[in-house]
Amino acid sequence: MLHKYRWYEYVLIYSGLALFLTFVLAPFVEAFVVSLRPLSGLFSIPYRFITDEMSFDAYFTMWENVPLLWLYMFNSFFIATVVTVLGLICIIPAAYAFARFEFPARNTLLGLFIAVNMFSGAVLIIPLFKLMQQYGLLNTYFAMIAPGTAFVIPTGIWLLRSYLIRIPRELEEAAWVDGAGKLYTLWRVIIPVALPGIVVVTITAFITAYAQQFIFALTFNSVNELNPLPVGLFQFFGRQTVVWNELMAASLVGILPVLFVYVFLQRYIVAGLTAGAVKE
Amino acid sequence: MAHTAKQKDYFPFLLLVPATLVMVAVVAYPLFETFRLSFTNTSMSPNFEYVGLENYEKIMSRRFPEVIARTFYWMGLSVGLKMLIGMLGAVLLNAMVPGRTLFRILVMPPWVIPIAIGVFIWGWMYNGQFGMISGVAQRIGILSGPFEFLAYKNSAFMSTIVTDVWIGVPMVTIYLLASMQSISRDLFEAAWVDGASRFYRFRRITLPLIVPSIATMALLSAIATFNSFDIIWILTEGGPRGATTTMIIDTYKTAISRFKYGEGAARTVMIVLFLGSFMLVYFMLLSRLARRSPNNAA
Repeated sequence: MLHKYRWYEYVLIYSGLALFLTFVLAPFVEAFVVSLRPLSGLFSIPYRFITDEMSFDAYFTMWENVPLLWLYMFNSFFIATVVTVLGLICIIPAAYAFARFEFPARNTLLGLFIAVNMFSGAVLIIPLFKLMQQYGLLNTYFAMIAPGTAFVIPTGIWLLRSYLIRIPRELEEAAWVDGAGKLYTLWRVIIPVALPGIVVVTITAFITAYAQQFIFALTFNSVNELNPLPVGLFQFFGRQTVVWNELMAASLVGILPVLFVYVFLQRYIVAGLTAGAVKE
Repeated sequence: MAHTAKQKDYFPFLLLVPATLVMVAVVAYPLFETFRLSFTNTSMSPNFEYVGLENYEKIMSRRFPEVIARTFYWMGLSVGLKMLIGMLGAVLLNAMVPGRTLFRILVMPPWVIPIAIGVFIWGWMYNGQFGMISGVAQRIGILSGPFEFLAYKNSAFMSTIVTDVWIGVPMVTIYLLASMQSISRDLFEAAWVDGASRFYRFRRITLPLIVPSIATMALLSAIATFNSFDIIWILTEGGPRGATTTMIIDTYKTAISRFKYGEGAARTVMIVLFLGSFMLVYFMLLSRLARRSPNNAA
């Protein structure tokens, strides 16, 4: 058979996979084990993977030692959610325009949107900082939300456009013949049909928004109560004596929501990630 | 019909209004501002003067050329490793062995989680006294004593690359895997019937067909790596003694930490020029690919 392997091929494939997955997953395992060790066990020489007295204590004490932890988590979630919603408001109509209508300079405009992908927040940080300062927007949620929104739009448009192209035109034409307005048609006909595509875009946007918060919050925000998780924990990371077990516990709890989303929706995420790689 | 034809004129533009507004406010106007600032000596005070090309002369005469070279070296190594490991991972995950569905799910976590948090974990692992890497290396006998990875120039440089590779590999792997799986089975079966070996089938069928995906991914990966900020900033802040200072880090330090907006903006303009040329290559690649396979429009 085409896909029958000999025993040594199995050995080779599985040991390769083991090595590969060790590289990918070892940090998570290490973080988890560290979060279980008491501080005294952490700072022991020589290095031991399993130490005595492992417990979940750090998961309880971290709430006292990082008093704003719950707020950091809320902020991360809140910022990512608002970025996603604003992103969708921009993405859906724009993707529809690029997928369905002929208009002058269409390809150039699409190219310009895609070209924004080459920037990260880091490139535009100087003028954004000055602008925020000028308009008194530093230290607000807005300062962390607005730049984030811009960077989820290009990929979103690209993904959703390729989905909308595949929806048969007859659907809208039927609605127009019945006298439906164009915006009404988008809202009542296209969006319901395109829902699977919109789900992919939403998840991709949310994960991007959740992952990219660090530089915006680090630069535009100095109010601790507004910090998202990465910057909230960064303050503890930089200290002379880092309480590593609690830092790791807090990190793991912080990434749990996205990991949860990922495990249940990984099919959609992979679809979003690989759109364009697969020929239609 | 005249009604629809008339509507056609402005309706698509209406649809583009929200996205365009955000782009103008957050990308286009700031980009223009960067360009303008780069010809000024703007700093903390509200007064500034136009100084012509002074900022550019300043940065070119100092250690900035060295920073540019380092950025490309850092990027080249990182992208090379990502492509290599990602390719290996994709080939392994493409094998029809029991458990492959689970393995594919297990690849993604580094990409899904916030970069900064992944980097915190690496920060602990690089710890010389108690970290995992130094500890394990001592156990197997590679190191004779504790080694602080982030304290020395070369090891800090390599450490930041390893972390960057860790974050980038899942994306490359899954993308190349999807591209491999889109190849028609018939091709492999025909080759198999003709007695072609597994390696021969890979070299003569898989590899040529995924070359466009490899090129696309390498370019996208280069752009992302060039923009990389979180990893270096959290692990080393560009140190020790500038060993991990890339263009992005150098710009951030100049502008945000030392308030020299004008000089920082001149650095940004250089970054934009480099990124622009990457993007140009990317578009050329896309249009060449679109011409080769017309039904692969999306």
